[in-house]
Amino acid sequence: MDRIPILKMGPYLLVTIQIDLYDRVALNLENDLITMVSKTEAKGVLIDISAVSIVDSFMGRILGNIASMSRIMDAETVVVGMQPAVAITLVELGLTLQGVHTALNVEKGMELLQDMIGLHSSSTEDDEEGPDDRND
Amino acid sequence: MNITSTILQKQKKKILEIWLQNQLADNALRDDLMTNDELSKQSDELLDALARAVKSGNVDNIYAAEFEQITDILSDVSITRARQGFSPRETATYVLSLKKAICSVMEEEYQDRPELLYKEISVINNLLDQLSIITFETFIKGREEVILRQTDEINEISTPVIRVWDGILALPIIGTLDSARTQIVMENLLQEIVNTGSNIAILDISGVPAVDSLVAQHLIKTVSATRLMGAECIISGIRAEIAQTIVHLGIDLSNIKTKASLASALQLAFSMSNVEVKKVQKNTGFGITR
Repeated sequence: MDRIPILKMGPYLLVTIQIDLYDRVALNLENDLITMVSKTEAKGVLIDISAVSIVDSFMGRILGNIASMSRIMDAETVVVGMQPAVAITLVELGLTLQGVHTALNVEKGMELLQDMIGLHSSSTEDDEEGPDDRND
Repeated sequence: MNITSTILQKQKKKILEIWLQNQLADNALRDDLMTNDELSKQSDELLDALARAVKSGNVDNIYAAEFEQITDILSDVSITRARQGFSPRETATYVLSLKKAICSVMEEEYQDRPELLYKEISVINNLLDQLSIITFETFIKGREEVILRQTDEINEISTPVIRVWDGILALPIIGTLDSARTQIVMENLLQEIVNTGSNIAILDISGVPAVDSLVAQHLIKTVSATRLMGAECIISGIRAEIAQTIVHLGIDLSNIKTKASLASALQLAFSMSNVEVKKVQKNTGFGITR
């Protein structure tokens, strides 16, 4: 059975989809990815779909699902490298993937993730540092 | 049956002469578009083809193989004429005056046999009417091709994607937005985003005369598609009337960044990509002399 490899890079999970997403593969990906998020406590998930040329509403829904599930588990999802034709198809299907972050390529997607997670961690650090200062 | 064909062969010179005279007699003929030599050569060719076709005995079905050559010549003539800008009248006269020429020659030949004359003339009439219909069909087709090509060209040149800054694209839309144009706009924009790796696209609609719910729907689609690609989209150039229509129609653009002018959209784009534009003070030199 086809499985899509999920790579761990520091606090991020990296998924590059190199094959056409059949329903079964997409469901497996959703399952594996969420399991990985919970196991590794990843802070960000980056999904590269630059090699995907065919989408349907099911795959759009799976992407949305992955994003909302990861959000619950405190991980941000960025979808990168969407082909123009794919974007047009998704919009025509009425799937605008609200709640999913997007970026042009992996590089920009990584920057976006770092920004988002950096902001989160710095704000929590500020909260922690706040009382320390007062103690001093 | 083959009387027509004999006449066409025997009296070819005479028919051609009368035909050319008929064509030239028409006041509307534009000799600036075609020289007389060309015209007579064209007519000669057509008459030859007609004689050959009629010789086969088939005078009813112009879609038969014998008539292929003649329909080819006629289509060629009318398409070139359509492109050169001949009027429909001139093109129609071209074929119809041939009928007149053949008829008058026949009249001379068979003055004493009215029955035969009538029969042959009706055959010729029928044949040339069909041929003129073909001529006209191709003439209009030629014109339509011209129109279609121009429409394509307008669509192509009216949606330029401009790179205004590193990572910022602008797309001024001029003219009415319909589904077909939105598709072109969207494809061009998305492709250009991929090619240049831009983060921000500014869609300027100051050249769009009216925005109805359909156009707004198209705009929203374009913005969503851009967002899916990972770029931000700003809509600029919203005039007062357009703002009024949008609100009156109840279209929700609240989750789309909109600006009144391209300048302010560019400013927003600059601040989004952390670029600052400053006026440089150049009065240091003057300061010393004073």
